[in-house]
Amino acid sequence: MARILSILVGLFFVVALAWSLLVGLLNFELPHSVEQEFYEHPKEVHFASDGAFGKFDRQQLQRGFQVYKEVCSACHSLRLVAFRDLAALGYNEAEVKAIAAGFQVPGIDPNTGEATTRPGLATDYFPKPYANDVAAGAANNNAIPPDLSLMAKARHDGAAYVYSLLTGYQNPPADLPEAYRPGTGLHYNPYFPNLNLAMAPPLVEGQVEFGDGSPSTVEQMSKDISAFLVWTAEPTLEKRKQTGWPVLGFLLFATILGFLSFRNIWADKKKNKG
Amino acid sequence: MSFPWAKEYTPQVPFMKWMDARLPLPRLVYNAVGAGYPVPRNLNYFWNFGFMALACLMIQIITGVILAMHYASNAGVAFDSVEHIMRDVNWGWLMRYAHANGASAFFVVVYIHIFRGFYYGSYKAPREMVWLLGVVIFLLMMATGFLGYVLPWGQMSFWGAKVITGLFGAIPLVGEPLQIWLLGGFSPDNAALNRFFSLHYLLPFVIIGVVVLHIWALHIPGSSNPTGVEVKSESDTVPFFPYFIAKDGWTLGAFLLILSVMIFFAPNMLGHPDNYIEANPMSTPAHIVPEWYFWPFYAILRAFTVDFFFIPAKLMGVVAMFGSILIWFFLPWLDKSPVRSASYRPLHRKFFYVLLVAMALLFYLGGAPAEEPYVVMSQIASLYYFAHFLIILPIVSAIERPDPLPFSITEAVLGKDENAKLGTGA
Repeated sequence: MARILSILVGLFFVVALAWSLLVGLLNFELPHSVEQEFYEHPKEVHFASDGAFGKFDRQQLQRGFQVYKEVCSACHSLRLVAFRDLAALGYNEAEVKAIAAGFQVPGIDPNTGEATTRPGLATDYFPKPYANDVAAGAANNNAIPPDLSLMAKARHDGAAYVYSLLTGYQNPPADLPEAYRPGTGLHYNPYFPNLNLAMAPPLVEGQVEFGDGSPSTVEQMSKDISAFLVWTAEPTLEKRKQTGWPVLGFLLFATILGFLSFRNIWADKKKNKG
Repeated sequence: MSFPWAKEYTPQVPFMKWMDARLPLPRLVYNAVGAGYPVPRNLNYFWNFGFMALACLMIQIITGVILAMHYASNAGVAFDSVEHIMRDVNWGWLMRYAHANGASAFFVVVYIHIFRGFYYGSYKAPREMVWLLGVVIFLLMMATGFLGYVLPWGQMSFWGAKVITGLFGAIPLVGEPLQIWLLGGFSPDNAALNRFFSLHYLLPFVIIGVVVLHIWALHIPGSSNPTGVEVKSESDTVPFFPYFIAKDGWTLGAFLLILSVMIFFAPNMLGHPDNYIEANPMSTPAHIVPEWYFWPFYAILRAFTVDFFFIPAKLMGVVAMFGSILIWFFLPWLDKSPVRSASYRPLHRKFFYVLLVAMALLFYLGGAPAEEPYVVMSQIASLYYFAHFLIILPIVSAIERPDPLPFSITEAVLGKDENAKLGTGA
């Protein structure tokens, strides 16, 4: 009885699925979109922080920070990063204070209580370039520039994606259908999922003058800012990888000891001895 | 405990005698995980995953309690409080990555534990209760995992919550009011986040309770074993301590080793990048996918694309998704074969491997976008899934001619034949 009931219930699901399957097969059509055809996967790019032994290249992070400060910060916020965090980039206390003081952050007038701005302190977070999303949208053709703090973790292949996007601007290919060509205020970039990006190419050769004499090519600046964003997305990345090795070493040791004692304990239960 | 050859606890020192007469805690430990619990000597390494699952539960509770000290379940600050844990809390990144990857590891271990049960017929008499409680634990785990994924309040948290609670909306008549009642609003927001956090903290302790029952029920008949032949004499068993403590101990080390590789070197591998974007009700992600451990059931949900007579496709999908797990409750009565282990059931074994393939496919398809050819493939895999449990299993168990069983576990292990099959580790 239970068997018949179960087969009936089973048939109900199977027939319903077969029905969906039949309709699916009759209307079978592989998806095709122009975006997919022209979209390109992020370029292959390597950073010092990659890999199990990865460490941040502080010189590069400082260059990346400079690019953020002089270029990106005009439109993009970095709200999860505080000036004090910059000490991890190799700046000393005085330098961190000086960097912070170079930014105007929201404050309160101590006499009138009115909203005002004041020079930043090391404990302040990076100020936002726009008062709110509406202002950000209004200034940027309704495309709100995203916060960059977590960008390197918030996209597939994060850092490579940022790097590819910054170096990927190009003229639309000749065979791109008219409907997918960049409209007003849009820029063709095959590394962006819908191919047309509201952000104009932000970097031009020679835009930033690096203190360490690195060439300020678009390539170099893009790589540096991507490395910097890997750090902003996870400042603890280096510590994580460094902690991992002793942990693995200890566990390996403990596991081997455990295995040996297991072998020892079970020795009398081996075949023909039990 | 209940075996005739389970050893009686006899306290040696005066304090233990005093204690045993008042609160027999030493007796409980002795008979639960001590020398007083005889275990079949031929268990292979698939029997180590229960212990690992318990270790996972402990890791989740310890890291979770610490995370809760720093997390704020308010929709306005939840996302930032998680980043606060990552950046400013001492070892906060370790706690969070251990918790997130620990959840995945927990599910890996439990899936292996469940499929061990499928293969070796662990659900059969006299262990039905162990199995039923196990399915309850799995359902509670799924609920806890879902609730926990909402807490970081990223894009996938929000949209996952919206999609999953939306499933309740498919229930006729009461669906929509029920969905609003569950969420405390029309869409996931502060009310939902707060209650999800509350329940996410509660359910693990409910799981502990059911785990205690699960282990208690296990100790009545004792562990099953790869031959499926019941224990016949003391020589078929070895005491849990020290034999299985040692075996579970070293495999736990190996498990922690693998988990640590994930935590320290690939902590975001199983996560979704979109969850590092704060929840935004105005912007729908291109592909909404739940956590990987829900993928088989998500694939089943999406396999129903066409209304079935008067039943809407969505309702059909929801019923099938929940049904696909609920049928596990009936497994002991669907598979009536007197032989437990698939090792001695040639026909059943073949279908078991097909089920494994279908399940692997569903895992893959649940994470794939809802477009062809994935939809058709998920329909075929889901079709087999239901056919396997509800049609094939009952028929196979009726018509199959099983291979001869060994007389006893001892014979299976030691045998007279030099080439007798040896349980791994025995």
